[in-house]
Amino acid sequence: METVQVDVAVVGGGPAGLAAAWKAREAGAERVMLVERDFELGGILQQCIHPGFGLRYFKEELTGPEYAERFIARIREAGIEVKLNTMVLEIIPSGAPSVAPECALMCVNRQDGVLSIRAKAVVLAMGCRERTRGAIAIPGERPAGIYTAGTAQRLINMEGLMPGRQVVILGSGDIGLIMARRLTLEGAEVKAVVEIMPRPGGLERNLVQCLHDFDIPLLLRHTVVEVHGRQRVEGVTIAAVDENSKPVAGTEQFIACDTLLLSVGLIPEVELCRGAGIEIHPVTGGPVVNEWRQTSMPSIFACGNLLHVHDLVDNVTREAEIAGREAARYSRGELRAKPEAIAMVPGRNVRYVVPQFISAWGEEEVQVYFRVVETEEDVYVVAKLGEQLVARKRQMRVQPPEMVSLRLRPQAMVESLRKLVELKGISAKDLVCRIEVEPHGQN
Amino acid sequence: MAKTETKAVICVACPLGCHVQVTMEGGRPVKALGAQCRKGLEYATQEIQDPVRVLATTVPVTGGILPLLPVRTEGPVPRRMLRACMLALAQCRVQAPVRAGQVILENVAGTGVRVIASRDLPRLSSGL
Ligand SMILES: Cc1cc2nc3c(=O)[nH]c(=O)nc-3n(C[C@H](O)[C@H](O)[C@H](O)COP(=O)(O)OP(=O)(O)OC[C@H]3O[C@@H](n4cnc5c(N)ncnc54)[C@H](O)[C@@H]3O)c2cc1C
Ligand code: SF4
Repeated sequence: METVQVDVAVVGGGPAGLAAAWKAREAGAERVMLVERDFELGGILQQCIHPGFGLRYFKEELTGPEYAERFIARIREAGIEVKLNTMVLEIIPSGAPSVAPECALMCVNRQDGVLSIRAKAVVLAMGCRERTRGAIAIPGERPAGIYTAGTAQRLINMEGLMPGRQVVILGSGDIGLIMARRLTLEGAEVKAVVEIMPRPGGLERNLVQCLHDFDIPLLLRHTVVEVHGRQRVEGVTIAAVDENSKPVAGTEQFIACDTLLLSVGLIPEVELCRGAGIEIHPVTGGPVVNEWRQTSMPSIFACGNLLHVHDLVDNVTREAEIAGREAARYSRGELRAKPEAIAMVPGRNVRYVVPQFISAWGEEEVQVYFRVVETEEDVYVVAKLGEQLVARKRQMRVQPPEMVSLRLRPQAMVESLRKLVELKGISAKDLVCRIEVEPHGQN
Repeated sequence: MAKTETKAVICVACPLGCHVQVTMEGGRPVKALGAQCRKGLEYATQEIQDPVRVLATTVPVTGGILPLLPVRTEGPVPRRMLRACMLALAQCRVQAPVRAGQVILENVAGTGVRVIASRDLPRLSSGL
C-alpha cells in the first residue's frame, strides 16, 4: 500500500475544500493535499450554471463554474497537490493505536489502488446529499421519471439529457426553484411547484427570477399524495394540507405530468464522520464544532455543507478559510483551547447555532451563524451570556431560508464573563451563550 | 395632477431581497420605500419599466471533456428577450478547447449583448 505524509489533508474539492486547502497553504502548512472523488474540482458549483454566486466575497455576480474557477486557479498557483478520481473510504483519527499521532485517510483510485494519506490535521468538506423519495414516503407505484432536483440539474447542465417534458416539482427549496426556470427555458412545461409549508423554502430572489418571471404556480400548504403510472410517471395527485401537514380529504387534484422532481432538502454527508467517531449535532446533521471548526476529534476540522446546509457559497468560503487556517495551526501544534468552552445555544426563534462551542473566548472575534424558525420583521438579534448582553444587531427581516450572522467581540465576552464570575460567583464552566431574536422595542 | 400609484417590487440585486414599495407618478417612479441601499430604487425602476436578467444556459461542445459548455450573457438582457436568446443559442455549436470568458456569440438575438463561456473546457485527449 502506497503511503504519503502531509501536513494538512482536505477531503472534498467543492468550494469548501478549495478554500480550506488554499487557506491552509497560505497559513504556512507546507504540504497540503486535496482529495476529490470526481474527475474535476468545483463540487456542486460545476452544475450550478446560473448566476448568483460571489456577490459578497468577490463583490460581483458570478455563475457557479466561474466561482469555482477562481479558486481552482488559486489552488494551482499555491502548488497544492490534488488527487482527483480518488475516494476517501475511511478516516482513522489521530490517537488511534495504529496511526498515532497522525490521522490516516484510506483512499482508493485507479493509479495508486489503495492509498493511505497520513496527515497532522484533516479538513472535511464532503458537502451534502439530497433527501430522496424514500426519505419522505409518497405512496404509489415506483415508475421512472422521479428525480431529485440536483440529479436533474446535473443531467441537464452537464450531460445534456432532458429528464422530462411536463414536470411537477415537490418542494420550494432553492434547487427546486432554479430547476423550474431551467426546465422552462429548455422547453419543458413546469406545471406547479408544490410546497407543504405555509412559506417558500428558497430565497426571495429565486422566487422572483425563477417562478414569477415564468408564471409558474407555487402551491403553498400542498403536497403530493400519490404518484400515478406503471412504467413512467403519468401524473400526480396533490392535496391541500392542514396545520399538522396532514392532507385534507376532498382537496385532491390530479396533475398530468411525466416527471416529478424532489427538492425536499439536503443532508450533510457524514458517513465518514460517523466512522471516525466524530460527534454529530442532532439539528444541523453535521459535526459539532468550535469557533475554529474543530470537531470532537481535535485533529479533524469540518466546513461547508457538511457542517450545516448553506444558502450562499460566500459563507461556505469564509467558513472554510477558518477551518483551513486553523488546521494549519493545529498541524504545527499552535492551537490551544481553554479548559472551559462556552456552549452556544439557540434561544427564542433560533433553530441552531454554528459554532456550537467557543474554545478560546476572549481572544479573537467570533462570527456566529444561525437560522431562525419563523419569519420576523424589524428585530434585534442578540447574544447573551447568562443575563449579560454580549452583542446586539438590528435586522430588517429574518427568515428561515437565509442564514443570519452575529459578531462577538472578545472584549465584550471577557467583560461579561468577569461580571458574572466575580460579582455573581458563577463558574465559567456553567456558562452558556444564548443566541436569540428579539422583537424591536423590547428590552 | 398626475396619477399616483404604488407598486411592490422585490429587489434581487443582492441576496438581501428587499421588499421595495415604489411610488409612481404619471408612470414614473418617484420614491422607493424599504430598500436598504441605493441600488434598490435603480433596480425597482428598471424592474417596473423593462425588467432585465442575466441568462445562463448551455451550448453543445464537440471534442471536450463534457458534452456541454455552460455560458451566460455578459450583461443583462431584457426579460422579454429570454426566449429569443434561447432560440439563437440553440443554433450554436462550439469546439473544445474553450477558455472561460471566451465569446461564444456576439449580439445575441439583436440585444447587443455578448454570450461568454463560464468555464474552461479542455479537449478530451489533452488530459486534465
Ligand atoms: C442547486 C444549487 C443551487 C445553489 N445556488 C446558489 C446560489 O445561487 N448562490 C450561492 O451563493 N450558493 C448557491 N448554492 C449553495 C452553494 O453552492 C453550496 O452551499 C456549496 O457549493 C457547498 O459547498 P461544499 O464544498 O460544502 O459542497 P460540494 O460543492 O457539494 O462539494 C463536496 C465535494 O466533496 C466531494 N466528496 C464527497 N465525499 C467524498 C469522499 N468520500 N471522497 C472524496 N471526495 C468526496 C464531492 O465529490 C464534492 O466535489 C446552491 C447549491 C445548490 C445545490
Ligand atoms: S435594495 Fe440594496 S440591500 Fe436591498 S436587496 Fe436591493 S441591493 Fe440588496
